[in-house]
Amino acid sequence: MTGSSVLFDAPGPVARRRSLISSVIGAAVILAGLAWVVLTLAAPKGNLPGYFDPTRWEPLAEPIVWQRILTVGVWGTLSAALTASVLAIILGIVFSLLRSAQTAWIRIPTAVVLEFVRGMPVLLMMLFILLVLNTGTFWAVVAALTLYNGALIGEALRAGLASLPRGQREAGLSLGMRPMQSKMLIEFPQAFRQMLPIIIAQLVVLLKDTSLGYIVGYVELLRVTMNQLATFYGNYYLFSFFVVALVLYLTMNLLLSWFARWVARRTASKTGRPAPDPDQEDQELLRAKAVAESQQGGQGT
Amino acid sequence: MDAVIENLPAYFRGFGMTLLLLGVSGIAALIIGTVIAAMRISPVPSLRWFATGYTDLVRNTPLTLVLFFTAIVLPLLGSRLDYVTAAIIGLSVYTSPFIAEALRSGINGVPVGQAEAARSVGFGFAQTVGLIVLPQAFRMTVPPLINVFIALTKNTSVAGGFFVVDLFATGRILANARGDAVIPILLGVATFYLLITVPLGLLAARLERRWVVQR
Repeated sequence: MTGSSVLFDAPGPVARRRSLISSVIGAAVILAGLAWVVLTLAAPKGNLPGYFDPTRWEPLAEPIVWQRILTVGVWGTLSAALTASVLAIILGIVFSLLRSAQTAWIRIPTAVVLEFVRGMPVLLMMLFILLVLNTGTFWAVVAALTLYNGALIGEALRAGLASLPRGQREAGLSLGMRPMQSKMLIEFPQAFRQMLPIIIAQLVVLLKDTSLGYIVGYVELLRVTMNQLATFYGNYYLFSFFVVALVLYLTMNLLLSWFARWVARRTASKTGRPAPDPDQEDQELLRAKAVAESQQGGQGT
Repeated sequence: MDAVIENLPAYFRGFGMTLLLLGVSGIAALIIGTVIAAMRISPVPSLRWFATGYTDLVRNTPLTLVLFFTAIVLPLLGSRLDYVTAAIIGLSVYTSPFIAEALRSGINGVPVGQAEAARSVGFGFAQTVGLIVLPQAFRMTVPPLINVFIALTKNTSVAGGFFVVDLFATGRILANARGDAVIPILLGVATFYLLITVPLGLLAARLERRWVVQR
């Protein structure tokens, strides 16, 4: 059901007026709430000026601050996210192949490992890798993010593989390909393309999760702004640094989210299938699993 | 192994705190999320826009940053919340858009024909939604909702980094105290998390199989 217009009649003049009135009232309430927040922030705190006072934002005028935020903070976040993304996709491919292997000896242990990894907090994995393997914070963050997101990407790819029409594999085999060749050359590229928007959506989650590195002491955007710079300049500027961190995170994540949606649209127009919505990966996975399930049911005949 | 056994009371305290965070913020997120989902499908444009903006904003903000705001920036702005309440507020706000999306995608998953059929036999908005769409959307929604709660369980560990002594923080404290037994201590913590997440995951998978294939 796309678009809720099926749910109610096309509005007539009375309903349109009522909708307009409630819309205006709703907007007024929302704007009043926002105005209250802004005014509270702007109000002077004791004998200190409010949070929009120019003196509160002074450090941001210094180039060295921005240099630090961009070259240490944003770079720390992006380098960890990029390394982990590449590794997670590779690991996801390996997981999905192992998980859909013919031999139960490979399939079942992989399933157990995947279940274990997916059930654990990423933060705990980071701490474990940091304390036990003593890798340093960068690799602790990257390794934990790789493992966790690799497991999720692997699960998505497996669902994609399982949901392909059986004829694809049969056609490959009937051309004389070995099972592995058919999987790598015929099935896998299709599954990957179908699941690409979901994989990118997962990478947005990965990018956000690099901020967990803050807790285990990795130097990334959050630590640079909220800890190093805020400590150096003092709590007087903490709120300003918070706003900077928020805006930078939002920019990076929204760009990646839009990219995911763009890829989804492109994939849809190429394959002729309806666009998978990267915002609704659960439903997408459900659908893939349902198709896979119904095919397995038909396999007996 | 003895490091785990002699510290079991600490584990249980941490586990209790994790369950408390999970329970309270789960319910709060469910309430906020339902309101947001209702706003998103409502016929009033300004509410729809607000809900969309809220969802986009919160979903793209890292949880660490949200908890940083509630635990450290808010007190600076003059709030007097204790850290547990701050963590609960942060977790609820962070989880609510995911709940809203799970609900909305469930409603979107009901074929249009169902609503059209209801409308064509003369049902109004409330009847169409209440009698036809929601009962069908419910079964599409439960597995994704369980997945959101699994994610919330794991996310409570982030509160452990912001002065709340939950399972994660307990594990960290114990691991620092017993440098010789880090592996068993952290595996103990992992076991407690898996005690919540694995059964929930199995339940979600069962419901998925049972309900989705029926269509």
